[in-house]
Amino acid sequence: MFPSNGGRPLRDPVPGTGDPGLRAASVARAALDFSIPWYAHIWITTLEILGGFAVAGAVGVALGIAIAWSPTIARALVPFLVFVNTLPKVAVAPLFLLWLGYGLVPNMLIAALIGFFPVVINTAVGLTQIDDDLLDLGRVFGAPRWKVFLKIRLPNALPYVLSALKITATAAVVGAVVGEFVASQSGLGMVIVNAQTNLNTPVAFAALAWISIVGLALYGAVSLAARWLAPWAES
Amino acid sequence: MIVLDRVGMTYEASSGPVEALRDISLTVARGELVALVGPSGCGKSTLLRIVAGLRAPTRGRVDVADHPVRGPVAEVGMVFQAPVLLHWRRVLENVLLPAELSGRDPRRYHERATQLLRLVGLEDFAAKRPRELSGGMQQRAALCRALLLDPPLLLMDEPFGALDAMTRDEMNLELLRVWGETAVDSPRKTVLFVTHSIPEAVLLADRVVVMTPRPGRIAATFDVPLPRPRGVETRADPRFGALSVRIYETLTADGRGGPGRG
Ligand SMILES: Nc1ncnc2c1ncn2[C@@H]1O[C@H](COP(=O)(O)OP(=O)(O)OP(=O)(O)O)[C@@H](O)[C@H]1O
Ligand SMILES: [Mg+2]
Repeated sequence: MFPSNGGRPLRDPVPGTGDPGLRAASVARAALDFSIPWYAHIWITTLEILGGFAVAGAVGVALGIAIAWSPTIARALVPFLVFVNTLPKVAVAPLFLLWLGYGLVPNMLIAALIGFFPVVINTAVGLTQIDDDLLDLGRVFGAPRWKVFLKIRLPNALPYVLSALKITATAAVVGAVVGEFVASQSGLGMVIVNAQTNLNTPVAFAALAWISIVGLALYGAVSLAARWLAPWAES
Repeated sequence: MIVLDRVGMTYEASSGPVEALRDISLTVARGELVALVGPSGCGKSTLLRIVAGLRAPTRGRVDVADHPVRGPVAEVGMVFQAPVLLHWRRVLENVLLPAELSGRDPRRYHERATQLLRLVGLEDFAAKRPRELSGGMQQRAALCRALLLDPPLLLMDEPFGALDAMTRDEMNLELLRVWGETAVDSPRKTVLFVTHSIPEAVLLADRVVVMTPRPGRIAATFDVPLPRPRGVETRADPRFGALSVRIYETLTADGRGGPGRG
């Protein structure tokens, strides 16, 4: 454990007291105080977020396709997915740690768990909410089912998937931090927990600021990618 | 080419059954251009879908090219009532879609697609996305798509509905050319053409079929005696006006039946 206030005397230990300007300044100073290994924490948390985001995206799209492909699969799968999605992730996180041990992986999985649901739903909706005429078009030209899927359904679903991924990008941030809250040796979530224990509010807020910067960066990247991948969609 | 024998169609809608077509018997010969007119909702689009094999009729029998229709009919050029373009593809890629979907090499159709776009005045829009085009331009792009593979059978659902009068006239004459009105070396296509415009029907068709309000039945069929090739001057023919009036009267007789085969 590192001393999260860098050994300096505590400033504004109780929130709500003191000059707001001074408080903002102390948060900024803490955020830029690189005797705290911010880069290492940002790196760890970012890895967890990206991993969780990737897993949520891949699993979400795959499940969405399965649901759209077969009504039987949909009937079997959707209630289970709703159940998983309604589980309070904070309560599940300790189990993940028990099963998977400390490290990046459980936090990635919590991030994925929080973020996958919108991808499933939007993928399935994008694949099935399609103008009947478009499907007739495929049939008129004798396209086999897989070709209709590839050339008509999938592009039709892409804007839906991409807007779900924007939600997932922000949800994965929450997930990774929640995982770090429960138990972790590094990452911005752990910094917050430690700072709270030490009543070091500026460092806690500085960590929050870094978390939102990472979140904003990821959201921006996904939005840019969406515009590049689906330039026809109005966003 | 097309034989419809006592075809009926009842949709099972959530609000109850909707009888769209009743007892339609119609034969369209190979190379014939037949126009279908009728009030809105009388089942014209439904009829085209049945002929294309996209919907199964609930009654009766359909043959296309001497085979009973059991699924989507091969080698049909279909123009839907809406343009139905893939809005993620550029116009040229939309026109090439039939080649792709039917497993042909789209590169081999590039030249033909460009040529068709030029024919309908869209050569400058080949690289645009459909949403950047007006409704009428989208319809013309859809027409190019239907013609790409040069199908022997064309099913067209108000293909020129969104066009201004002048462009519409041009497109009508262009359609007659594509159909093969003046061709000597190649056989004419078979065309079933839905329109709300009586003059358009008379100008284009060998026969005009008039339908009654829903459930759509055939009120009357009129042979069009006007000589070919037809052009703008065809409208000046006194028979053009006379026939148009008779079709109009049949249409407005509101399902009480027409004078029978003209
Ligand atoms: N998929 C469907 N489900 C239920 N009812 C339908 C369906 N498609 C068409 N209908 C009904 O069948 C009737 C005929 O429809 P259709 O679209 O064939 O008419 P239309 O003659 O093409 O009309 P318009 O000239 O307005 O295009 C209408 O009453 C319509 O409500
Ligand atoms: Mg219609």
